[in-house]
Amino acid sequence: MSTIVARQPLPESRSSTGFRLAMLLPGGLVTFFLILFALGLVVFLALRGNDGSLLGAGFTFANFITVASDPLYWTVTLRSLAIAGLVTLATVVTAYPVAYYLAFHAGRRRGLLLFLVTLPFWTSYLLRVFAWKIVLAYNGVLNSALVESGIWSEPTLAFLNTPAAVVVTLAHAYAPFAILPIYVALDTIPKSLLEAASDLGARPFTSFRRVVLPNSMPGVLAAALVVFVPTVGDYVTPALVGGPASTMIGSLIQAQFGKANDWPFGAALAVAVMLVILAVVLVVRSADRRFGSRT
Amino acid sequence: MSAARKDAKKGGSWLGAYVLVYLVFLYLPVLLIPLFSFNDSIQAAFPLQGFTFEWYTTLSGNSALSGALANSLVIGAIAATGATLCGITVSYMDLFGRSPLAATISAIARLPILIPGVIVGISLLILVNLIGFGPSRTAIVLGHILVALPTTVVIMKSRFAAIPKTIHEAALDLGASDWTTFRRVMLPLSLPAIVSAFMLAFLTSFDEFIVAFFLAGTEPTLPLYIWSQLRFPKSLPTVMALGTAILAVSFVIAAIAEILRHRGLAAAQRPVPANLSKPEETERGELQWHST
Repeated sequence: MSTIVARQPLPESRSSTGFRLAMLLPGGLVTFFLILFALGLVVFLALRGNDGSLLGAGFTFANFITVASDPLYWTVTLRSLAIAGLVTLATVVTAYPVAYYLAFHAGRRRGLLLFLVTLPFWTSYLLRVFAWKIVLAYNGVLNSALVESGIWSEPTLAFLNTPAAVVVTLAHAYAPFAILPIYVALDTIPKSLLEAASDLGARPFTSFRRVVLPNSMPGVLAAALVVFVPTVGDYVTPALVGGPASTMIGSLIQAQFGKANDWPFGAALAVAVMLVILAVVLVVRSADRRFGSRT
Repeated sequence: MSAARKDAKKGGSWLGAYVLVYLVFLYLPVLLIPLFSFNDSIQAAFPLQGFTFEWYTTLSGNSALSGALANSLVIGAIAATGATLCGITVSYMDLFGRSPLAATISAIARLPILIPGVIVGISLLILVNLIGFGPSRTAIVLGHILVALPTTVVIMKSRFAAIPKTIHEAALDLGASDWTTFRRVMLPLSLPAIVSAFMLAFLTSFDEFIVAFFLAGTEPTLPLYIWSQLRFPKSLPTVMALGTAILAVSFVIAAIAEILRHRGLAAAQRPVPANLSKPEETERGELQWHST
């Protein structure tokens, strides 16, 4: 009834066009100009030769051919995928029990715990990475604590400047990203499903494996995606704690727009990263469908 | 039944212990920064050397630092305003605009989550060079609007969706124009969420490094200043003192934003049919007052 009245075109249609235009304008400008057009520029630049000018010269596939044929880029891309994959696995697996506790056991402490796990999300990413640098350094926190407590007699260089340091640092920096999507998925599982499972004689572990886990998979996949995307393109953590053995694809892109000053080639690398992410998104999508997405 | 519940309780306490360990892992490395910022040594290492405020005194009177701080504050305020404005309009039109264009804009607005910061940075770097103003504070503002946009859109959308549809319909039924409904009804009802979105967008910008790195001209932001200092081992204690101050401010702003967001959502879910008449009547009175 009320909706019918509301749709009467009396005062609405008079203000409607102007109102809609004004309301769509800011978002439209940002999304179409700053996101779509800017990404289009990257693709365009990736197809140009580098002559030192802003938009390059001539159309060429040379950048992509170099990316695809030079083993260096394969090594770095595979390393980025391996590091981002490990980080994603580590964050999702460690975050799952926390999300589970929040959804089913936290009770009155839920609000406070949710706040505590999301708070680091809003603190400086650079400072979180920097914290790991002082932890892992040769004369840093971990070494000095180990020597001081007599566990080791000498500080070791083995912590800093390794791919493992990159994995630990990134897993810590992106840990808060993983909890929320899993928590939301777990929290929206109808309680009647769990009761039905236990009424039908399922033991707690069986009901977890057969009911809770499959139903929370959309959240797990969403969490995996929001951790994977920023980590695969990261260049700050490899630079601060990774050393030369853990150069990632993001570091190479950054170098092309900095010291190496070959923007078209950097753009081609960026397009390659976006294609990798697109492939991952498609895989996640199809997995999501198999688990019967509820989102 | 009671045995099963006991089982669940026991599982819960094991999980509780795990959550505690997880929280320690989450906070311990970050809390080392404040700890060593009071340590009387250039090295961040054990044993602690004694308590000092020396590193905090080095912060004052540093013109490069105060310039970076001013840049960060200005950029954060403008970018947060832009991102909040976009978040409000994009999510409002997505929910009430009934147009495929509005839905498309809303979907693209959340796309930056799926783009690594380095690519957001270079795409805007190319764009601002093409427009002509190049790397500058304006460029960083544009970048930070993009980075904060998914957050503001998600917060505002969940807020607008939590307002009972009847209120929006009642306003239109009573002859309020789209504009009046938006400005006099929907905006006041979502004020806590707007403030919360603004604060979180500000924090996002204030702490952002990855995108700003590409877009900064000659005037760095605070994270860029920190980055430039990381190369000098001698300035690490100063960085830790500065980091402590930044962490403290971030914690406070995030806490206030979180409290506001929950207040707003709780208030939105309150009007059940029994006491719906009250807020609606005041809303109605105000509306009639303004439409006549």
